Amino acid sequence: MSIRERARSTGAQITQGRNTRSAPGSPVSADAGAMRTYRSWIAAGVLLLVLPHVPGLDSNFGRSLLSQMGIAAVFALSYSLLLGQTGLLSFGHAVYFGLGAYAAIHLMRAINGGLPLPLPLVPLAGAAGGLAVGLLFGAVTTRRAGVVFTLISLGVGELVFAAMRMLQGFSGGEEGVTANRSRGPHLFGLDFASQLQVYYLIVFWALVAAALMHFFIRTPVGRMCNAVRDNPERAEFIGYSAQRVRFTVFAAAAMFAGLAGGLHAVNYEIVAAEAVGAARSGAVLLMVCIGGASHFVGAILGAITITWLQVSLSDYTAAWQLYLGLFFMAIVLFAPGGLAGLVMMHAPLLRRAAFPDLLRAYAVASMPAVAMLAGAVMLLEINYRLSTQPEAGTRITLLRVSLDAATPWPWLAAALLLVGGFLAFRRTWPGVAAAWQRATGEASAGGAR
Amino acid sequence: MLELVTFSLLNGVVYGLLLFMLSSGLTLIWSMMGVLNFAHASMFMLGAYFSYQLGLAIGFWPALVIAPLLVGAVGAAIERYGLRHVHRQGHVGEILFTFGLAYLIAELVIMVWGRNPIENRVPATIDFPAFALFGTRYPFYKVLMMAISVGMFVFLYLAFKRTRVGLVIQAALTHPQMVSALGHDVPRVFVLVFAAGSALAALAGVIGGFALLTEPNMAAALGPIVFVVVVVGGLGSIPGALVASMLIGIIQTFAVALDHSLLDLLRVLGIPLARTSPFYEVCAIKIAQAAPIIPYLLLVLMLILRPKGLMGTRET
Repeated sequence: MSIRERARSTGAQITQGRNTRSAPGSPVSADAGAMRTYRSWIAAGVLLLVLPHVPGLDSNFGRSLLSQMGIAAVFALSYSLLLGQTGLLSFGHAVYFGLGAYAAIHLMRAINGGLPLPLPLVPLAGAAGGLAVGLLFGAVTTRRAGVVFTLISLGVGELVFAAMRMLQGFSGGEEGVTANRSRGPHLFGLDFASQLQVYYLIVFWALVAAALMHFFIRTPVGRMCNAVRDNPERAEFIGYSAQRVRFTVFAAAAMFAGLAGGLHAVNYEIVAAEAVGAARSGAVLLMVCIGGASHFVGAILGAITITWLQVSLSDYTAAWQLYLGLFFMAIVLFAPGGLAGLVMMHAPLLRRAAFPDLLRAYAVASMPAVAMLAGAVMLLEINYRLSTQPEAGTRITLLRVSLDAATPWPWLAAALLLVGGFLAFRRTWPGVAAAWQRATGEASAGGAR
Repeated sequence: MLELVTFSLLNGVVYGLLLFMLSSGLTLIWSMMGVLNFAHASMFMLGAYFSYQLGLAIGFWPALVIAPLLVGAVGAAIERYGLRHVHRQGHVGEILFTFGLAYLIAELVIMVWGRNPIENRVPATIDFPAFALFGTRYPFYKVLMMAISVGMFVFLYLAFKRTRVGLVIQAALTHPQMVSALGHDVPRVFVLVFAAGSALAALAGVIGGFALLTEPNMAAALGPIVFVVVVVGGLGSIPGALVASMLIGIIQTFAVALDHSLLDLLRVLGIPLARTSPFYEVCAIKIAQAAPIIPYLLLVLMLILRPKGLMGTRET
């Protein structure tokens, strides 16, 4: 055990306090809570049904974007079972997603070849594939927790990726395996030729998966996952095998990742070796951390945000991955609870008298923050453009403003915005901290960060 | 045959020593600070890019010294202003921080030097044949590479066993609380270890950059292998890191040269395998094709069967 670990174990109660969800209260409030849960599930279902008909999203592009978000949400939720609920940080979760996707695409090929099975059941093959592989690898990888688990997951991820590139017959290598989702028996006349039908199929399975995972967290096993995350020794003392708990949740997470992979296969009709690759494992990690690992909605929020950024930000700037990295670092450093954590932090303050005060302080502090961001973005954009497309010259258009990077003025303006914004931000930030303190009514509210 | 073995062995040793330079810093950082540093290979990459840029301005030899020092300063800043603040969040926070950092450094490298590999050629001052073997001339810069890494091993070993700081670090590996109780400034030792580890990785990058392609992906390609070396060698063990690097370097170079498959073995044993058999594809894989898997197989097996590693003093 290193010095830092020792220091940590004494402060463990403090840091882990934010992860624990509120314990079930009295029977009356539990009933009310259940009603609220049902209502929010129904609301989510209705919203998902009408979403592809909302103007702006009713195009093929919009529906395809929504489909991608649905797949990413299932994948991210399965990952948050590991990271958020059990504290297992995996660098190889795409293995179960990808192998589930391969199981589904091979089943689709069999259906194309004459197997009488309707397409809506294909994602189940993905789930079965993910579960099978999860049981196989999970038996080995979940024997240890912490850093060792992280390393083994990394090794397994690299291993499977390399193996997929070798087994060309099964995986199709870089080109991948293709299948046709429309060629097969049509149940109720559904041929899945339109993106809308595919979207509804994805929504159906995503809702089923989300409901099952929501339920899983509330089962005794799900609660034991939290116990194993927070204090494995104590969990073992009251008679549970931490390894069994980890194995169970790992298999469940692999199954849901496989389901997401199956949906991926149906949506794209192609699966290539990159489906099991490290980049995809990293992407789901980003989603869950940015959304917030310790809240159920966090993973969904992260999946939606990242998918949207991947699709739309890449239209505006070539440096979108750099912004994604900066965003991720900002979350890790300043908001470890993720976006959902930020929302949850403010939820209990909404009715406080001092809340408008806090909003005002945020508004004041946001002005220099925006200036700072604008300066940083300008610098990054100019630099990125000059080094990745030197042939395009020095004339650059940013948000319809044309500037010439050969002159010092754009650089000077950007540096001025950045430094001036930073200095002003440092002056306005204490106001936010003070307003936060008044709103929470606590003496020690350093939590505004 | 002898020629093949000799050259494979030589190349394996060179590659292994390169891995050692990378992993020696990582094993120190990891064992002492408990930080699984995903950005370590990024420091290697920064070393390669910095030395290229400096080499254009001031020549190779000064760059060989200055680039690692610069990267060491970067490492110190990362520890002081970043890592120290996330360690409150525990292991997960630290791993996420270094993971994000690796991602960010790769993107920043793209921003400064572009997406394509740079022309990081072996400078003329060290590009001449050192000796000839079987009629093939062996380049001097590879010999230099070996000399630097062996020098590094000796230096680290002595610094660890003979100097005061080395003793403090060694003590902190096993008795961290006692060390801080005795009044040593442990946070400063952390900065020092992180900076030194980064500088060592950068030194490897300066000379390794010629042997490998200097491009923004090089950190991501090399990163996982370095973890393998540290795990196999054993946490906190410099000799272990050396042995494991050599092992992996030599295994990988030899595997690449072997053009046999399980199918050949079965044929020798007199067991024919039909082309239609479901095992045909698996058995037809050549050892050369399977070479990239070997380190990760070693990693997983090691973590399961012997978490201490070959020469480690405690479990990972």
